[in-house]
Amino acid sequence: MNDSPGIVRAERPLFEGADWEFGTIQRVHDAIEKVALNDLGLDVYPNQIEIISAEQMLDAYSSISMPLFYKHWSFGKHFARNEALYRAGMQGLAYEVVINSNPCISYIMEENTATMQALVIAHAAFGHNHFFKNNYAFKQWTDAAGILDYLEFARGYIAHCEERYGETAVERLLDAAHALMTHGVHRYPRRRVADLRSEEQRAKERREHDERVFNDLWRTVPVKEGGKEDQSLEERRRALLQLPQENILYFLEKTAPRLLPWQREVLRIVRMIAQYFYPQQQTKLMNEGCATYTHYRIMNLLHERGQLTDGAMVEFLRSHTNVVFQPDFDDPRYSGINPYALGFAMMRDIERMCTEPTAEDEQWFPTLAGSDPMDVLRDVWANYRDESFILQYLSPRMIREFGLFHVLDDANEPNLRVEAIHDERGYRKIQRALARQYDIAWTLPDIQVVDVNLAGDRRLIVHHRALNRILLEERDARFVLQHLADLWGYDVLLKEVDPGTDSVLKEHAATPRGGILHPDGN
Amino acid sequence: MHIVDRRLNPSGKNLANRQRFMRRAKSLIRKAVHESSASRSIKDADQAGEVALPAQGVHEPSFHRSATGGTRDHLLPGNKQYIEGDTIPRPQGGQGGGGSEGSPDGEGQDDFRFALSQDEFVDLFLEDLELPDLAKRRVVDIESVSWHRAGYSVTGSPANLALLRTVRNSLSRRIALKRPKPHELQELRDQIAALSPDGEDHARRAELEEELARKMRRTGLIPYIDPLDVRYRKFESMPKPVAQAVMFCLMDVSGSMTEHMKDLAKRFYVLLYIFLKRRYKHVDVVFIRHTHQAQEVDEDTFFHSPETGGTVVSTALEEMQRVVDERYSPDSWNIYAAQASDGDNTASDNDKTAALLTDTILPLCQYYAYLEVGRDSEHFPPGFIRRDSDLWQTYTTIIKSGAPMAMRKVGHRRDIYPVFRELFAKKQQASAGAEE
Repeated sequence: MNDSPGIVRAERPLFEGADWEFGTIQRVHDAIEKVALNDLGLDVYPNQIEIISAEQMLDAYSSISMPLFYKHWSFGKHFARNEALYRAGMQGLAYEVVINSNPCISYIMEENTATMQALVIAHAAFGHNHFFKNNYAFKQWTDAAGILDYLEFARGYIAHCEERYGETAVERLLDAAHALMTHGVHRYPRRRVADLRSEEQRAKERREHDERVFNDLWRTVPVKEGGKEDQSLEERRRALLQLPQENILYFLEKTAPRLLPWQREVLRIVRMIAQYFYPQQQTKLMNEGCATYTHYRIMNLLHERGQLTDGAMVEFLRSHTNVVFQPDFDDPRYSGINPYALGFAMMRDIERMCTEPTAEDEQWFPTLAGSDPMDVLRDVWANYRDESFILQYLSPRMIREFGLFHVLDDANEPNLRVEAIHDERGYRKIQRALARQYDIAWTLPDIQVVDVNLAGDRRLIVHHRALNRILLEERDARFVLQHLADLWGYDVLLKEVDPGTDSVLKEHAATPRGGILHPDGN
Repeated sequence: MHIVDRRLNPSGKNLANRQRFMRRAKSLIRKAVHESSASRSIKDADQAGEVALPAQGVHEPSFHRSATGGTRDHLLPGNKQYIEGDTIPRPQGGQGGGGSEGSPDGEGQDDFRFALSQDEFVDLFLEDLELPDLAKRRVVDIESVSWHRAGYSVTGSPANLALLRTVRNSLSRRIALKRPKPHELQELRDQIAALSPDGEDHARRAELEEELARKMRRTGLIPYIDPLDVRYRKFESMPKPVAQAVMFCLMDVSGSMTEHMKDLAKRFYVLLYIFLKRRYKHVDVVFIRHTHQAQEVDEDTFFHSPETGGTVVSTALEEMQRVVDERYSPDSWNIYAAQASDGDNTASDNDKTAALLTDTILPLCQYYAYLEVGRDSEHFPPGFIRRDSDLWQTYTTIIKSGAPMAMRKVGHRRDIYPVFRELFAKKQQASAGAEE
């Protein structure tokens, strides 16, 4: 790719053979760092590379890959499951795990060969690291410098609660909170509470505006009174509770009438952690695409400069090819679109469109042709998430290469229908449909707390807006609703509504179990 | 950049989570353990192993969309033949487009295998059970005590003088009180001797001699060994726990015992063996089979070699007594016996058996369990009172006298474990059971 004439070939490669020691890791890291910063212009947090054993990798798996975490039986369950799979040889372990923290911690496995260590350092310690530091979603929602401290606090706090209130009480609370964890995130930045000074400023501006547009005539316009009063009261009540509210855990933490202060704090901990992982869910494709592209470029540059032996390069390519393999839909190995494959292919495609655009590309992406690929990619990595990225950058060529097609499955029809394929008429449709698959708002059910009368029977009313009339999985929904009722302390009613017509498709109700979360019973 | 080697960190970070999970899934795991133990052989019955748990039991629910109904979009790679507007028959299972889509949370609904360590396995297996009369009554009365070192004391017999400790104390006292060392005295003497006897350095000489005198006085005042320094090794007597047990398996192998009955008996012995192994460091197993005559055999013969003949239970008891006399002195062995039989006995032998049991065997034993195995198919309509077997009747009278003995009837494999638990359930129930 970068066949600049002035390549300086290294005297000898960074390592030979499969063995490594700490000196090798250091050398490899330094060489990669040079390439990443100088050639690719990446911007990363300082790195901390930790070498771990298989058991520790399993540990990391079970506690959603965080180095320290509070204790809960579900993590023990995941550990047992992964361990059993691993021991039976049914599942390999990841080569690395990387944590969005500052310094950026990458765990690498001791079993990796020297080549694999180079690959994972390039992939995790530079690719993911750059993405974590620069992507807007991570910037907006996570605090890389504070997360480890927060987890430390969370673990300590929950251990303290277990000592003070008993393991069972804490476990029940965590069970309930975990069940609602997917609905414990803020999807939009909240309005910042205005401070006095800016509030004053705004009041002043409003007054000035009123004075400017004052017209005495308005005073004479008859005002309709009556029903309006009631409705505004109702609305005021909802507004005070910030309803409707889609962050259920937040709502419970702030509003649930019967929770004790420590219970609210635990809900908050679960919610904060869910929020921390929220950007990762929305950027899976890009994150992996960015990291895979980065390691591919870095390894190739190292090889060009004589820092990797040919043998190491072949080993790398083999592993890389496995990672970016995309089976077809009718292949027994198919299990959805591989984010590594699509992400990497799209990054490469953007690079290609910058350097060797075709007529089609110039028509679709006029701004890309001729720009510096790394500038474009860095901008993409910083400012998009999966959904917007696909909507913007999935080129017709990609659609053709992957042979993407869109199938509509309507439960009312006897057959599935192919809506679009990789042709002129289909490109836009496929872009849109695929982007939607990556939109977390489409994949997670839209559930909102819509109303509660705190002065009355305190029954919590929750709506599921059943997109495309797909209902909730009933068994699970009942369990979660029970947890929700336990937390709320009063009856809960879940209505599944058709967003088009506002008609109720299905209703579930739950009554809190006595003595589960509220020790005083009744 | 930092490189941290985490491999040396203590392992078992997940232990607390694992314990919480075990507690959570306890009833499920317990059930799985009991089921899996039924399929194990006697040798590895108490080994670690995997049990399968139903995934639903420890399910973590979340709000998610159901897999059926509504309108769905599928975006699939690898189009080969379809063009816009084609229709595809709906594949079986409702999933669109053919390929197998993973379940949304990545968790299958099938059972998951869960590996238990040996301790965890046996713990669950023998939960809430207790050995009756764990302490060896007869021996506690008699003198089986052992002497253990218990530090040092300031008094004791000269034979127990702790020389090293005494000298160490003396040394530290001498250093603390600055007792002059012999070589210091010698140096002073040498210096005095080195001075010319003429007396030119009279002042110097007097000074040295005075110092020597002072040091000599100090040496006299501070003894080399003071009674304060003396320490004796201290011993304490501890009642010696009898950490070994022998388990006698007595079984009727006459023709009336079917394979099914032997299997039941074997299961019972396995349980007892695991249980004893849990409590005692060393467990011996003696197999005695009997027809109209008894002999000690190895395990394989015991369970698998067929015999024919009448049934005389007392012969087995006599054989057991012989073995005890020969090899297992009741002073140093805990003796447990488990007898399995279909309940037949030669009528004339019943009195002899009863006498042997009460007078000889039971006083030797910690516990004597009698298991009457029945046919699997044996099923009695309600209201039909089955006549108790000869042995059962005989033993009932013995138990009434409050002997450390229990008996149960078992007809099916699934009853073995409950019966075993019943026999060894915690104290109160056990004694209540024996008195019934």
